[in-house]
Amino acid sequence: MQAQVTNSTAESASAMRDQLIVFENVSKFYGEILGVNRVNLSISPGITSLVGPNGSGKTTLMNLMTGLIQPTRGRISILGISPDNPQELFRILGYCSQFDSFPKGMTGYDFIKSFLLVQGYSNKESEEKTWRAIERVDLVEAAHRKVAGYSKGMRQRIRLAQSIAHDPEVMILDEPLNGLDPMARTEAIRLFRQLAREGLHLIISSHILDEVDTMSDRVVLINNGYIVAEGGVSGVREEMDEHPMQILIRCDRPQELAARVFTSDSVVEAQLHQDQQGLFIRTRNADRFYLLLNRIVIETGMKIETVTPVDDDLNAVYHYLIGSNGGGQT
Amino acid sequence: MSSMIEASIVKPTTARLDWSLWLRQVRAIMRIELKKNFWGKRASLIYLLAAVPVILMFLLAVVDPRGQADLATPMTWVSAQEVFGNIYEGLILRTIVFFGCAWIFMNLFRGEVVDKSLHYYFLCSLRREVLVVGKYFSGLAASILLFTLTTAGSLFFLYYAHGYPENVRYLFDGPGLGQVLTYLSITILACLGYGALFMVIGLFFRNPIIPALLVYGWEWLNFLLPPVLKKISIIHYLHTLAPVPMNEGPMATVVSATSPWISIPSLIFFTAIILLVAGRRIRKMEIRYGSE
Repeated sequence: MQAQVTNSTAESASAMRDQLIVFENVSKFYGEILGVNRVNLSISPGITSLVGPNGSGKTTLMNLMTGLIQPTRGRISILGISPDNPQELFRILGYCSQFDSFPKGMTGYDFIKSFLLVQGYSNKESEEKTWRAIERVDLVEAAHRKVAGYSKGMRQRIRLAQSIAHDPEVMILDEPLNGLDPMARTEAIRLFRQLAREGLHLIISSHILDEVDTMSDRVVLINNGYIVAEGGVSGVREEMDEHPMQILIRCDRPQELAARVFTSDSVVEAQLHQDQQGLFIRTRNADRFYLLLNRIVIETGMKIETVTPVDDDLNAVYHYLIGSNGGGQT
Repeated sequence: MSSMIEASIVKPTTARLDWSLWLRQVRAIMRIELKKNFWGKRASLIYLLAAVPVILMFLLAVVDPRGQADLATPMTWVSAQEVFGNIYEGLILRTIVFFGCAWIFMNLFRGEVVDKSLHYYFLCSLRREVLVVGKYFSGLAASILLFTLTTAGSLFFLYYAHGYPENVRYLFDGPGLGQVLTYLSITILACLGYGALFMVIGLFFRNPIIPALLVYGWEWLNFLLPPVLKKISIIHYLHTLAPVPMNEGPMATVVSATSPWISIPSLIFFTAIILLVAGRRIRKMEIRYGSE
């Protein structure tokens, strides 16, 4: 009986692991230069964004996941498969890398079809999958043009098409929005969301924080090769005790509100807005503050126009944790 | 904030041997690589190189180098074969095939690293050893086609110089056909051996030119080496197979000729070993274009 329980526990742990991307104490050094150090992560399905400044280790993490580089220490498992087994790994994984180079002389169509043939698909299957991928990135008209003549955005899209052509379960996308015009960006984000809804793992690195913020289920903040924070943006923000959350309340009696909120010890600062129509407050416990605000409204009949958290977005989190001013860029 | 998973069972590498898949993959790789080998920017140099001996033999056939006085007495087959033997080994084998294979095979991987396109193969559901085999066979197909044509073209002008029907008689009633087939086979074996060697050099060295030149020196100085060292070369085995071996001069160390039954399997065995080394190397190879 005991053995059965142990067995079933091990099986369920293994089954759970087969749904995750797992880094166990992974370090990568390039000679004496640190790539990433002691990374422990487990990534579930959905969109996970890697965020960090240039040279922080985002691409290193992605290259480690895809076996393009090998860890100096530690182990990586992609849905239970080791990256040193490319034959198995790339049946379930597609990688849209940042390398902006292509095999010489190929058209967009040839590029995708050739590599599907290398994957082992039949000619017919390769053709079908190629067209489906090209349609998904909206490059049908340019499919038979040489990739060398593509614009940066088109090259980005054909790489994206190549990474999704074989219907992977995991997609790793290194700066996939780079070079795309606003329309194409919106389309790409819509595609990522759709893929995430279909149960895929999407690991995306991007320097456009606003877009990362809106599309990600969770973020991994990385700096100087170390994971600084991991989780949902609001969850990460809530854990940052040293940076009380800022909330702007637009109301008809901001001064009275200021006097009342100070009765709660969760509020550390209150400041009138320049136009005297609002109040900035800083709180260590947003949930307690919202309860307090409800009570004040009921008791005083105060008219509240808006309640807006000012710094619980990725920009603020990035700014607090990594130090430089995100300003929409990393 | 980061979490850790206690269970640490990573699926082992599957040992399933899927030969039909690998064959399809090799064929697909060869299709891509042959296009590059024959139509790529790098191919023009190879065409030029491959044409040199043919042009030289054409000139020898049209303009007799012995001068006007000797034109009345055509060169005998024996002396013509000696001249060709020297041209074949000295120019075709040791220079054209050598540098041609160096160019084709070193670029199979090194060229892709320079072009920053090797990662596309690494991102396919493909055993890296299969990639080595596919690329090697594509290099082999290109080099064999080019350099057997070079050899055949050069032989054509050797025979052309003797005029019809003398050349046809020598070819079909004499030793001619056997010699032609032997020269072509030696060229194929040279592509096999040099190809594997240069592919592995391209995998191990960032600048493969220097090791290639060292190999070139070793192969050329082979005639001076003591018998044991002589055998650690490709040219030694090819030289002993030649129908009319090149005259290596009075300084050459004398060794008994190696039988074709040893030479040919030795070259094939050497090639297999080198391919195994390449397979091991590529499993550990990382894509780090920035540091190249």
